This record gives sequence, C-alpha cells and structure tokens, in this order.
Amino acid sequence: MFKELFRKQRKYATIPSEQAKKEIPEGIMQKCPSCGTILIAKELEKNLKVCKSCGYHFPMSAPERIGSIVDVGRFFEYDAELLSEDPLSFPDYTKKLKQDQEKTKLNEAVVTGEGTIGGYPAVIGVMDSRFRMGSMGSVVGEKIARAAERATTKRYPFILFCASGGARMQEGVLSLMQMAKTSAALEKMNREKVLFVSVLTNPTTGGVSASFASLGDINIAEPGALIGFAGRRVIEQTVRQKLPDDFQTAEFLLKHGQLDMVVSRLELRDTLIKILEFHA
Amino acid sequence: MTNGYLPFEKPLIELRDKIVELKKFTEEKAIDLSEEIATLEKKAEKLEKEIYGNLTTWQKVQIARHTSRPTTLFYIRSIFTDFMEMHGDRLYGDDPAIIGGIAKLDGRPVTVIGHERGTDTKDKIARNFGLPHPEGYRKALRLMQQANKFGRPIITFIDTQGAYPGIEAEERGQSEAIARNLREMAGFSVPIICVVTGEGGSGGALGIGVGNRLLMLEHAYYSVISPEGAAAILWRDASKAQQAAEALKITSADLKSLGVIDEIVPEPKGGAHRNPDQQAAYIKKAIVKHLNSLLKLTPEELVEDRYQKYARIGRYLEPASKGSR
Ligand SMILES: [Zn+2]
Repeated sequence: MFKELFRKQRKYATIPSEQAKKEIPEGIMQKCPSCGTILIAKELEKNLKVCKSCGYHFPMSAPERIGSIVDVGRFFEYDAELLSEDPLSFPDYTKKLKQDQEKTKLNEAVVTGEGTIGGYPAVIGVMDSRFRMGSMGSVVGEKIARAAERATTKRYPFILFCASGGARMQEGVLSLMQMAKTSAALEKMNREKVLFVSVLTNPTTGGVSASFASLGDINIAEPGALIGFAGRRVIEQTVRQKLPDDFQTAEFLLKHGQLDMVVSRLELRDTLIKILEFHA
Repeated sequence: MTNGYLPFEKPLIELRDKIVELKKFTEEKAIDLSEEIATLEKKAEKLEKEIYGNLTTWQKVQIARHTSRPTTLFYIRSIFTDFMEMHGDRLYGDDPAIIGGIAKLDGRPVTVIGHERGTDTKDKIARNFGLPHPEGYRKALRLMQQANKFGRPIITFIDTQGAYPGIEAEERGQSEAIARNLREMAGFSVPIICVVTGEGGSGGALGIGVGNRLLMLEHAYYSVISPEGAAAILWRDASKAQQAAEALKITSADLKSLGVIDEIVPEPKGGAHRNPDQQAAYIKKAIVKHLNSLLKLTPEELVEDRYQKYARIGRYLEPASKGSR
C-alpha cells in the first residue's frame, strides 16, 4: 500500500488542461492581491497558484484543480453534456450562460467524474467560480446529486471541491430546491456509509454553504477561503457593527468549530490521499 | 392603511364605505335608496373580483407580509389540539423564532414546527421577527428526530424572510444548521408535510421545508432571494423589487407550474388576515387529505417518495446521453 502511494506521488505533477494553459500566456506577470508581490505566471501555476511569498491562494479553474489532484490521465467525466435552460425566462440569463461557456470552455459551473487520486478511486466534483460565480442552478444540482448517487452505488468516496456564491438567482426557486436535492443524495450516501469529503475553497457561500458544502464527513478548507451563509454587506447592514477582520474566513470557521482542518493547497493532494487510504 | 387595507384595495374600500353611508342615510332620513345601494353592491362585487382575481406578484407579496397575517402559533392552536411547546436545542439555547412541539391532529399525535414572527411589537422583537439563528434549526432538528423516533408525522409551517444574517449566527454555523436539516429531513421515515403560509425566504425557509408534500397558501411567496435583494443585484436599486418579484416567479401559481409545490391552499377573499379561522380550516383540510394518503406508505416508501420529489425538481437539457453512467 505505501509503496503504491509513493509511486503514485512521484507521478504527481500539475498538468493543467489545454484551455487553462491558454488563459495565462507564458511570460506574463501576475500581482498577488494579498501581498503585492509580482509573480511569474508560469511559476505561479507550477506552485498550484499559491503565492510564494505570502501563501495567498489564487482561484483555480475546474480543469486546473483536476490537474492538481487527480492522477494524470485518470479522470473520466460524467454528465458533461447537461445544459442549463432558462426556465423563468429571466432577463439576460441565456446570454450570460453563453458568455460564461465561451469564457470557460465549460458547459456549466461544476465538473463531475471519477478518477484515481494516489491510486485510490474516487468520485470527484469541482465547481468553477468563473462560471456564473459557481452558482448552483438545476444543472449544478443535478450533476452533484448524480455524482453522489454514483459514488453510493460504486461505494467510492466522493470528494467535492466547492467554489460558489450560492444558489443561482436566475433559476429562482428551482435553484433553491437543488439544495434539498443534493442534500437528499448525500443523505443516501450517509446511510450507506460512503465517505464524503467536502473541500471548501474561495468562495463557498449562501445556498451552497448551507447545503452539500457543510455536509462532509470531513470538511476541509483552503487557507483564507471566504465561507459563510450570509453576505458580509447584508450582515453589516443588519447588525450595524464592525465585523472582525477574519470574519467568515476558513480560519474563523476553524476557530468556531465548523471545519475539521484548514489545509494549504500545496498539501491538499497528500492530505486527501491519506484520508482515502484510511477509508480504503 | 391604518385599518389594515393595502393601497391597491383603496377603490374597493371607498366603494364599501359609500354603501355603508347610503344605508345609514336610508335609515336616518327614511328615504328609499335601495336601488342605488343594490347597484353599488353589484359594482363592489365586480370590483372585488377584479382586484382579488388579478393580484400582481407584488400585491401578493404585500398580502404575504401583511402585519395582521396569521402566524404559526395561531394556525397551530386552530388546527391542532393539546399543543405542548418544547424548547431548546440542548446545545446553546432556545430560539423563539422557531417554535415546535407535539400536538394532536384529529386525535392523532403529530410533531408541529414553524417559524414564528410574532404578533405585537414586543413579541416580534422577542422573536427576532421570525428570523432564526442556528439554534432554531437545531431545535427543529431535535424535535423532528424525536418525531421520527416515535413514529409521529411532522407538520411544518414556513413563514420567514430568511435565516438571520448576524455575526453570532455565522459563528454558530448557520450554514451547517440548515444543511444538516436538509439532509436529515430527507432521511426521516415518517410523513412530512410543509406548508408555506407567508414568506418563504430562501434557505431560512427551506431549513424546515423538506417534505413529502409541499403546500402553499394562495398569496404566500417562496423565493431563492428576496425581491429587494434581487433588485439590488440586478439593477443596483432595491426599489425595483416589484420587477424583481415578477422575474423571480415566486407566487404559488408559479411554483405549481414549476413542479415545486403539490397544492395551493386557497385564501379567503383579500387574504388570510381577512378571515383567519376560515384560513386555518382550509389548511387543516389540505393537511388531513395529504396526511391520509401518506399514511398508506411504508417507512421505506416515505423516504423514497421524498427522495423522488426532489430528484424531479429542476429544468435542464440532456442531449442524447453518451452513456456516461
Ligand atoms: Zn502574496
């Protein structure tokens, strides 16, 4: 077992997908929004988009995340063909979907599938905050519920990387009901004693935070990730007092008992492999 | 507005006042105005049909938010007998924004839970206007687990603007409290019936709202975001809430056609507050009907029935699948 683990680990390299590579042309510099250090994009990418000088975690696209976690060439996508409709005929929704599809080369805000991590099979879901802020509409809810159902049937652990502003306003109450749909699928998983690991990345808020993201057997967050139910501005307007600086950060949630651990992205894959090994 | 009438009801109220005046005049002066009165009464009847038969989404929102609209405690006392309120989440405190306990429905023990926004100003403040903290959801969970243990059906009443957005609420895990309820409610093997009686405010409403049957009062609304919140995001202008309300499709008729709710419970003319007792009777009738059909299911079937209800909700396109499953 350990031998295999190490062998797989050696194979571990960041192989972002083609489209992710194209987004940051070579040689371009990027400024860290946290410490201001100018970083070379290519090096930043190699460091899993973590600032070398302060540890700030830049947002990661779904293809980048899969490249950083899943064994090379071992990812088989589920339900990629599912497309959103515009059930409410909501102003500009169709147009915005199209824009985000072109921008991200993704059909929707979550990519689901199965693969191996350090040789351990798992069902994996990754939300992409570039697509409608990672918000959950019918397609996101359906893909996550189906992924959970497959994990339950196959008895594979389900690892879900959350990055979402919450339920998608443009699909109205149908979005809200996806919270119930995904949570019900996780209830089945829970009943069947199949492992669910929720990885909360920046941001995980609103209806996503108040459904599947909080329901992991193990809840892990990336450092500095914004995690919370209500928006900061709404809270400020309601309570009319200054909020603590670290309010709704991963560290704040850890302190208040809402998380199992905060793990740097540089150690995340190893941490997940360890957890998978425990549950194999 | 002081007498509880909403702006759009004004023409009708004026007409009714006139009829009363004429009747008084008839009595006092002994002049027969019965013809005029009859004409006006007919006119009033027509106007009433026009106004209440064609309520806009925003007018319904105003009715749903009406200060005199009956609250959960009224419905519990009217529909059930022997209500015993239970308190506390056993972890932190007792949140008066959510009430719950055991009661009897036509003699059958049930567990009842609901948001309680309060009736007078003092009560409203004490109950935080029905905006729950995590301990409210955790109290609800405790009572539902109890119901599940003893095989009691669960009836919930939904009426909240949303879960409270506050510092302590976040510290104590508002998200986790709601999320856990969604998951646990999906797994209970007793019948669960949820009734949206007033405002269905997003996750704060859903936190006690996962059931086999979801019923909704005619003028209640249920939305992923408040109309004001949506307007602020869409047009950076909260005053455009009326437009946002229309766009969000939040009325009982909208939710019925979207396949989210199972039945619309009618309201007395002008809204529940015009005849609370009649409203309670309508709700009771609907609850009893659905409960009777759910009681025919086995515990396993109840869980599966609920699972399928939510599995069906959502609209998406699935081009001929390449068999990824
Ligand atoms: Zn930095």
